Amino acid sequence: MTAISVLATPFEGGDPQPANDLSDSPPIGSAPSGATPSAPGAPGTDGNAPAPTAPALSALLERARDLAASILPTLLMLVLLLALWEATCASPASSLPSPSRVWTESHEVIVHPFKGVTVDASGVHIQDGGDVGIAGHILTSLERVAIGYGLSAIAGVALGILIGQSLFAFRALDPLFQVLRTVPPLAWLPISLAIFQQAGPSAIFLIFITAIWPIILNTAAGVQNIPPTYRNVGRVLALSPLRYLLRIMLPATVPYMFTGLRIGVGMSWLAIVAAEMVQGGTGIGFFIWDSYNSSLLTDTIVALIWIGMVGFSLDRLVGWIGRRVARQG
Amino acid sequence: MKQQAYLSLEGIGVTFETRKGPFTALQNVDLAIDKGQFVALIGHSGCGKSTLLNIVAGLVRPTRGVVLLDGGVIDRPGPDRAVIFQDHSLLPWLTVEENVRLAVDQTMKSASKAERRDWVLHNLELVHMAHAAAKRPGELSGGMKQRVGIARAVAMQPRVLLMDEPFGALDALTRASLQDAVMEIQARLNNTVVMITHDVDEAVLLADRVVMMTNGPAATIGEDLAIDLARPRNRIEAAETPAYNHARQAVLHFLHQRYSNPFDRAA
Repeated sequence: MTAISVLATPFEGGDPQPANDLSDSPPIGSAPSGATPSAPGAPGTDGNAPAPTAPALSALLERARDLAASILPTLLMLVLLLALWEATCASPASSLPSPSRVWTESHEVIVHPFKGVTVDASGVHIQDGGDVGIAGHILTSLERVAIGYGLSAIAGVALGILIGQSLFAFRALDPLFQVLRTVPPLAWLPISLAIFQQAGPSAIFLIFITAIWPIILNTAAGVQNIPPTYRNVGRVLALSPLRYLLRIMLPATVPYMFTGLRIGVGMSWLAIVAAEMVQGGTGIGFFIWDSYNSSLLTDTIVALIWIGMVGFSLDRLVGWIGRRVARQG
Repeated sequence: MKQQAYLSLEGIGVTFETRKGPFTALQNVDLAIDKGQFVALIGHSGCGKSTLLNIVAGLVRPTRGVVLLDGGVIDRPGPDRAVIFQDHSLLPWLTVEENVRLAVDQTMKSASKAERRDWVLHNLELVHMAHAAAKRPGELSGGMKQRVGIARAVAMQPRVLLMDEPFGALDALTRASLQDAVMEIQARLNNTVVMITHDVDEAVLLADRVVMMTNGPAATIGEDLAIDLARPRNRIEAAETPAYNHARQAVLHFLHQRYSNPFDRAA
C-alpha cells in the first residue's frame, strides 16, 4: 500500500456508503478483532461487541492497523539508510558528515527552528535580518510561493481554458508554451531581475513563470477532453457561456486541472529554493547558500530535510484539495 | 394542400466533406410527424439515423433541407427539443436532483425556487427515482441512470422528445422495465417523440409509427409503417395479437430481406 492511499482513507471513510455499512454490521458473537481481514475499504466487518460503539472502535483500530502496515516499511527503510549512512561516514575524516555529527553540530538549528518567529493576535512575525530559525526561513519562502503560485494558478487556469476552448488560440499559443516551459527557473533570473529591479518581486515572478506551464497545459488538456456528451447537454439545455463554464466545463476539468496544479506546486518549490540561493537575504534557499559559505554542511543537511518535508506537504495539500473539490463537484 | 404537420423534415440531405471527396450520408429525407405521435426510427448501423436525430435536435446542421417545428425553423439546439442520450449523459459531479434541476432552471425561469424544486421531485417520482434524489450518478445502476435521464428530459416539458437508442446499453430485463416506464409516461403526457432504436420489438411495442431507413450512403426513408395497436399496450398481450406480429414481420422483412446489414453483405 502506498502513502497516497493512506491519505485517501479519511475521505473514503467520510462517504455515506461505508458509514452505513458500519452501523449495519451485525454483531458476530465473540469474533476476536484480530481476525479481521486486512483488506482495505472493508471497514467494520467484524463488529465483535454488543455495545453500539464497538463497531466504530474496531473500525478505528483497523484503520490504525492499515496505517501502521503502510508506514512500517517506510520507517524500516529509513532506519536502514540512516544506519548505512552512519556506518560509511563514521570516521572523522569523512567529507560527508554522519547523521550523529549532523545532530551534534547542528543541534541549535534542529531544536530551535522557530527562533526569531513570534505569533500574536495580528499574525506571524519574522524578525528582520538573517538571524532567524530555519522555520522562519521556510515561512518566508512559503509566503513567496503562496503569492507566486497563487498568481500562476489563476493565470494558468484562465489561459488553459482559453487554449483548450479555442482552436485558434491553441494553435497560436501552444508552440510558444511548449518552448517556454522547458526553460529552467534559473535562466529566468537575470530577466526577472532586470524587469523588477528588486529581489522580492523577481523571486515571485520566478515562481510564477516556473509553475504556470503545467497548469496551463493540463487545464487545456482537460478542457479538450470534456466528453462530447457533456458539451451536448450544455448545448441542448442552451446554457449561457457562464453557466456552461461553472456547471460543466470547470467540474469536468477538475481532475486534469489539479494534476497541473500539483505538478506546479512542486515546481514552484524547486524555483524558490533556486531563486533565494542566488539572491540572498532571507528564505530557505538563502539559508542553504549561507550555510555552504560558512562551511556548515550539517546545517545544509538539516535544511535539505526541511525542504523535502515541506515540498512533500505542499504536494499532498494540493492533492487533497483536488480530491475535495472533485468530490464536491 | 395538406395541413402542416407539427414536426416536419423537408428534403433533408447531409453531405460530409472527406478526403476522398464528398460523402452523402442522408438524401431526400421527408418526414411529417403529428403532435403527440410516437415515431420509432429503425435501420442498420451507419444508416444515418443518429445524424437525422441530431439534425432535429439542432446539434447537426443539414446540408440541404429544413426542419420545421410548429412552423418555426430549427437551426440550433434548444431545451424545447430534449434529448435522451444513449449513455444517459448525467453530469457525475451533480446529484440526481441537481442534474434534473439544471434542466428545470433553464426551462422554468419564471418559476419560484420552491416550484422548481417540486417540479424536479415530481418528475423523479414519475420515473420512480425520487428515493435517489440525493445520490450521484456513480452510485446508480445503468437502468436507474437512464430513468433519471428520462426524468431530466421530460421535466424540460419539451415540444419534442428525442431518444437516441435510449436503452441500447442496458440488459434485456432492465430494458423491458424502462420501456414500460416510457409507455407509462407517454400515456400520461402524450409527448411528441422520435426514438432511434435497433430493436424491432421495442419499435413495434412503443411506437405509433415505425419509420425504416435504407442503408447508407445516401440513406433515406424506405418504409413508413403505422402500428395499429390499442393503448395502453402490454408487452405480453400485445405479442399475441396478429397486428403486432404482422408489424414485427414487416419490419424484420425490411431489415433482413430488402435492406440486409451492409456489413453482412460485404463479408
